[in-house]
Amino acid sequence: MTELLQVRGLEVEYTTRSGTTPAVRGVDFDVERGAVVAIVGESGSGKSTISQALIRQVAEGGRITGGSVVFDGRDLLQLPEKSLRSLRGARIGFVPQDPSSSLNPLIKVGEQIAESLRLHTGLSRKDAAKRAVEILAEVGISEPAARADQYPHELSGGMRQRVLIGIAWACEPALVIADEPTSALDVTVQRHVLDRMELLAAQHDTAVLLVTHDLAVAADRASRMLVMNQGRIVEQGTAADVLGDPQHEYTRRLVAAAPGLSSGRMHPRPVEVHGEDTRRALTLGFAERRDADRVPNILEVEDLVKTYSLRGGLGDKSTLVAVDHVSFSVPRGTTYSLVGESGSGKTTTARIAARLVQADSGVVRFDGQDIGELRGESLRQLRRRVQVVYQNPFGSLDPTMTVEAIVSEPLTAFRIGSRAERRETARALLDAVRLDPEFASRKPAQLSGGQRQRVAIARALALGPELLVLDEPVSALDVSVQEQILQLLVDLQREFALSYLFISHDLGVIRQISDSVAVMQHGRVVESGSAETVMSTPQDAYTRELLAAIPGAHSGP
Amino acid sequence: MKTLLTRPGMIVSALIVIAALALTFAPQLFATHDPYEGIPADQLQPPSAAHWFGTDALGRDLYSRVVYGAFLSLATAGLAVVVGVAIGAVVGLVSGFIGGRVDFVLMRIVDVVIAVPSILLSLIVVAGLGFGAVPVAIGVGIGAAGSFARVTRSQVVRVRTAEYVEAARSMGVRWPAILVRHVFPNSARPVIALAALEVGTAILAVSALSFLGFGAAPPAPEWGALVSYGRDFLATAWWLSVLPGAVILVVVLAVNRLARAIGGER
Repeated sequence: MTELLQVRGLEVEYTTRSGTTPAVRGVDFDVERGAVVAIVGESGSGKSTISQALIRQVAEGGRITGGSVVFDGRDLLQLPEKSLRSLRGARIGFVPQDPSSSLNPLIKVGEQIAESLRLHTGLSRKDAAKRAVEILAEVGISEPAARADQYPHELSGGMRQRVLIGIAWACEPALVIADEPTSALDVTVQRHVLDRMELLAAQHDTAVLLVTHDLAVAADRASRMLVMNQGRIVEQGTAADVLGDPQHEYTRRLVAAAPGLSSGRMHPRPVEVHGEDTRRALTLGFAERRDADRVPNILEVEDLVKTYSLRGGLGDKSTLVAVDHVSFSVPRGTTYSLVGESGSGKTTTARIAARLVQADSGVVRFDGQDIGELRGESLRQLRRRVQVVYQNPFGSLDPTMTVEAIVSEPLTAFRIGSRAERRETARALLDAVRLDPEFASRKPAQLSGGQRQRVAIARALALGPELLVLDEPVSALDVSVQEQILQLLVDLQREFALSYLFISHDLGVIRQISDSVAVMQHGRVVESGSAETVMSTPQDAYTRELLAAIPGAHSGP
Repeated sequence: MKTLLTRPGMIVSALIVIAALALTFAPQLFATHDPYEGIPADQLQPPSAAHWFGTDALGRDLYSRVVYGAFLSLATAGLAVVVGVAIGAVVGLVSGFIGGRVDFVLMRIVDVVIAVPSILLSLIVVAGLGFGAVPVAIGVGIGAAGSFARVTRSQVVRVRTAEYVEAARSMGVRWPAILVRHVFPNSARPVIALAALEVGTAILAVSALSFLGFGAAPPAPEWGALVSYGRDFLATAWWLSVLPGAVILVVVLAVNRLARAIGGER
């Protein structure tokens, strides 16, 4: 028998107050020794539930209702809890999703690895501590002896995830289950962490079950892929087969949507506005645009500097230069993207451009006018022309308001139209962002992430702005939803002659929507130019690293 | 509905609170005698079929007096909570929303208010305003305002930094509108839960002040005053203190039980 893991007819259901819903509906698959198998699917597809059910640790309210999980000849679902416990950690490792909450903040990281070793291999305290340092070196942490003596909060997200990988591999398991191991990390860090995992798996002949929403990551790393949708495996095969020649309709959609795998800028499609009345309702809040004496650049940013003071321990103060002499300009009607990893200063730059934060020095000109000095009513009038869409559609909508009230709030704020007119406008806007106007009476909690982001976009459009500042508008969404939202943005851009300042960490997304790009690192723009030029002939070393780190770049179809 | 049936304590509490409200607003439907007119011949009778709670030294029916006293006790307690929430919410909103020095000064004042035992604070206020039901309500309300201010402020501080508030600002919504449309509705829930919990405490505080003689003037049948009146007869007529006291106890327990359910506790 070569299969390490045989899953047959696995079924899991969740019981909530509103009833019982099946999360996994009869799933069969095998994992061979030493192979990397990826489970791919969007949120709610049941992929994480499977990874939990394999070691019989389903989240609260979940119940395994059928099937078998045979690991190394034994059915894990029939095993008594005690013998299962000795398998977990020793023979089956687990890499959790969120490195910031999965380590005990009060215990030094070396000790956390050593604990697992003592528990499962019976090493002495001293040997375990020594082995823990070796493991830290193995997962690619420099100065392992010093790091072992640190607490989790002293390590970066990438390092913490390496520690978790170290714990998973500590006892040389035969199988490691990795549930979205790199989703919370920056792309370049993601690549290093995944490289390290691959190396470990090869060295120790470990089988890896990689659970991910990112098709490109799966394509790069896995030999076999299982595509899940609504609790079922809709397609499985070698990664090359699944991606190169997807059979199931869902897989085809997923492959088409994956930003790392497709390339080139999206093309606008016409926005359907039904009838003259709807158009009038839609443009109720639109201000008259002065077409004469137009400045070619809607937004010009010159030499922005923003520093934050950080309060260290014992009263010593240090400063962080978040934005360091940044200049760029956004031509009217185009998309200008700022790309960089967390901490690169891209969001701060955008917030200054939208006049939500004041810069220490430098000038921001909107439509030729310096907006740094605006106060009170003139600032409010500027807000009409510059609107912001936020990253997190779960946080940017007031949970106590209905969708209609949210979308028409800008109109209310500027006292535009009667109540009935605003209501019409809200519905027309929802229609324009391809959301059923029936949603108007719902609350944000009843909408999915993609639907919420559409509501946020509809709200931003209500006043007919000229510039939209989009702060990571799709990074909280599933790939197929990402694709839809990006397409919507591209379509709306042409329809309403919008200019975008687009912020993202994801070069794949940037490529789909941008005309020009500025790459930011440590608060500075390291490279800028037309999107095509920067992507095809990157000049700066950091840009090249970012491009190389896009998953799917080296083994896409 | 299912949760209600599986929790008999909740049902009993709800029934008691409903009954107390009925007594408050329609005492004439429940009273068996006139609460003020005594029958001298029937003085100091123990509980019986004719006088469920017995009678006092003037021959007045104690049960009817408790029934009519519900309005005084409960309405005063309700008013006290309204006063407390109003003062506390305004202080908390201002403090949390403006922040900085204003926040610091207001919160230190609140610290002082909370440091003084609320019953003592209420006594001071009542002593200043004069005796009666309304001064007692204001006194008890001020005594409770400190904790309302604290809770409101903590909620406002949380909501103020929420992304949807910044989103509203970036849309050009004026700050009074932000306060009314976003900050207040999103801060209200914990304050409402605390207010419900405070009703029980306020009933006790109002009764205590009446017991001490600061509340409604005799012969008004306020519950605390009834207990106080019975003190003189404890040896001979135990029911005069014990039964009104038991009514206070039962109502406060029931209110508390329901309030904790509102607060999300099971």
